[in-house]
Amino acid sequence: MERRLLSGDEAVAAAAKDGGVHLGTGYPGTPSTEILETFSTLGGRAQWAPNEKVALEVALGAAFGGARALVTMKHVGLNVAADPLFTSAYTGVQGGLVIVSADDPGMASSQNEQDNRHYAEAAGLPMLEPSDSQEAYDLALAAFELSERWQLPVILRMTTRVCHSKSIVARRAGLPAPKAPAFVRDIKARVMIPAYARPAHRALRKKLEGLRIYNESSPLNVWREGSKALGVITSGVTARHVREAAPEASLLELKTVYPLPIDKLRAFAGSVERCVVVEEGDPILEVAIRAAGIPVEGKPAAFRFGELSVERVRRILARDPRPEPEPPKGKAPALCPACPYHPVYAALHKLDCIVAGDIGCYTLGVLPPYQGIDACVAMGASVGMGLGLRHVLPEQEARRVVSIIGDSTFVHSGLSGLVEMVYNPPPTGHVLIVLDNGTTAMTGQQEHPGTGRTLAHEPTTKVSIEGLARAVGVRSVDVVDPVADPAAFEKLLAERLAAPVLSVIVARRPCILAAPNIRRYEQAAEAKRAAGVEAGNV
Amino acid sequence: MSSRIVNVVLAGVGGQGVIKASDILADAAFRAGRDVKKAEIHGMSQRGGSVTTDVRFGDEVLSPMITPGEADFLVVLDPSEIAVTRSLLRAGGLLVPPDAIEEARLPNKKSLNVALLGILARALDLPEEAWRAAIHAALPERLHALNEAAFRLGRETALPRPNP
Repeated sequence: MERRLLSGDEAVAAAAKDGGVHLGTGYPGTPSTEILETFSTLGGRAQWAPNEKVALEVALGAAFGGARALVTMKHVGLNVAADPLFTSAYTGVQGGLVIVSADDPGMASSQNEQDNRHYAEAAGLPMLEPSDSQEAYDLALAAFELSERWQLPVILRMTTRVCHSKSIVARRAGLPAPKAPAFVRDIKARVMIPAYARPAHRALRKKLEGLRIYNESSPLNVWREGSKALGVITSGVTARHVREAAPEASLLELKTVYPLPIDKLRAFAGSVERCVVVEEGDPILEVAIRAAGIPVEGKPAAFRFGELSVERVRRILARDPRPEPEPPKGKAPALCPACPYHPVYAALHKLDCIVAGDIGCYTLGVLPPYQGIDACVAMGASVGMGLGLRHVLPEQEARRVVSIIGDSTFVHSGLSGLVEMVYNPPPTGHVLIVLDNGTTAMTGQQEHPGTGRTLAHEPTTKVSIEGLARAVGVRSVDVVDPVADPAAFEKLLAERLAAPVLSVIVARRPCILAAPNIRRYEQAAEAKRAAGVEAGNV
Repeated sequence: MSSRIVNVVLAGVGGQGVIKASDILADAAFRAGRDVKKAEIHGMSQRGGSVTTDVRFGDEVLSPMITPGEADFLVVLDPSEIAVTRSLLRAGGLLVPPDAIEEARLPNKKSLNVALLGILARALDLPEEAWRAAIHAALPERLHALNEAAFRLGRETALPRPNP
């Protein structure tokens, strides 16, 4: 049995490979990005979708076709994919479908710390939660088996610490290959018109009760007998903190976090004098267990924020009321000194623009010296927010409003905002700047439809940002290199702001970190093309 | 139990090779047959921010994170990070600061991470072969000789004095 030191992300990729996953798809997002990249490196078929909704839909289609499909995203990505997510619980699946939700408690690299365990209950989908890389591997495989057995998508919920921590993983050899994809027509199960959806909802609730009973005796949940004085119910990486903080305690480590094995929880709570639920994030387990009439103790409100740790678990268990020490403040990230976006922020700053911003490296333009962003909420939101400001502000202020969005984010969900812009133009017009550095820089240089290369950096059809803008009816479209002539960029921006028209400015210059790699991919593609010409198969 | 776990924090800023160094250390401990966990936060840190990684090894490692004030070793690659990370070290723990090695003696400025691991190696009970294999596994072949030289330089450098 091969043992290796793997991150949780790499472990999920290894499980996908060993479990014969036919298709992996997703959208890059810290801390989930490395799953698909590693799956591709291991020889799996992995691809980036323009956004998480499309990724889930592609994976769902694959699973309707009987394939094993994996779809990965960060926690906020599941919001984008929530529409198909909820109804996929009604349709169910033919092949195994596993959805990885990588949550970010403490917000190491995110705009919020939402707890996606809520989605399992809200949508009615089984959820498994690993505590380290070995469990990430084992539970990813278990999730596919569970998905096929119950014909439901299964959510594998990970967190930053599980995704990015490395620990030893033993991979399994000789796993049976999954069934070959084949279409099975089942109109009533797959077409959610109200007449078919009503019985589908009832069927889902029945499945979930069946799953609850199944989870009661699931070997995945670990009950560690310890002291009768203290019992702890926990899940995820927190289980490891608890074992270190209170090695003497009895422990129920939940891996099947939805549906909960309530009878087992009742038996565990009844077996100890004091039963504490220690969970990172929202009090989800605590509320569900209390709602079932089981007396347990939760954590104080202060521990809802941020990650838990051995130290914080000690405090919870000791009911330590003292305020927690401030963690040491390190150096904050900043725009790279040679980032091509500096001249853009300099111009926005100089022209005193009101800036609706978006998600990516360029969000760092909010920090001094530019303080160049006035709002940043969600992927693609810059366009709509900018339009809303333009619609209501007095004319003099409205004229200063600009939306800025990165290339990958634009393709992800800025596109619908662009359509809104031409459909409902503000009286003062609007200026949308697409910061095109030729890569998804923040998450570590992933490809996207606008780069013209696939996840594995192979050439494919390139989506043209300026072409899209013109196609939807924007008449003023400029493509400029902001670094080549910063003064010209500033002049152009001032002109576009002064005119009551809709304007898209594509500020194009490769990310300085990505540029050498981009050149390498382009040269490889060129060499391949030349070889193809020589062989006569153009 | 925790007395048998070795806790090493590596700190620096994005681009210095902190994560690479922690990968080498974790891999060396793994190759030496220890249970290992390594925790890091990356993402925003790519943009020049602080990077801290925790490497823990021993018989059985539970939490991947080192509790502040319980690190046995603190290896710091950037002088600006010493003040903010010093409190992570336990009393009697060992700080390996960036100036523990004379910059002029490094085979290459970028090899400071591996040179500081060389100093750390003097205090850790891990076989030389495990270190060598870990350095080879983590870096492309053209950088092997240079980094082995940096590691040796660290190995031959005296250990700093422990934290009072």
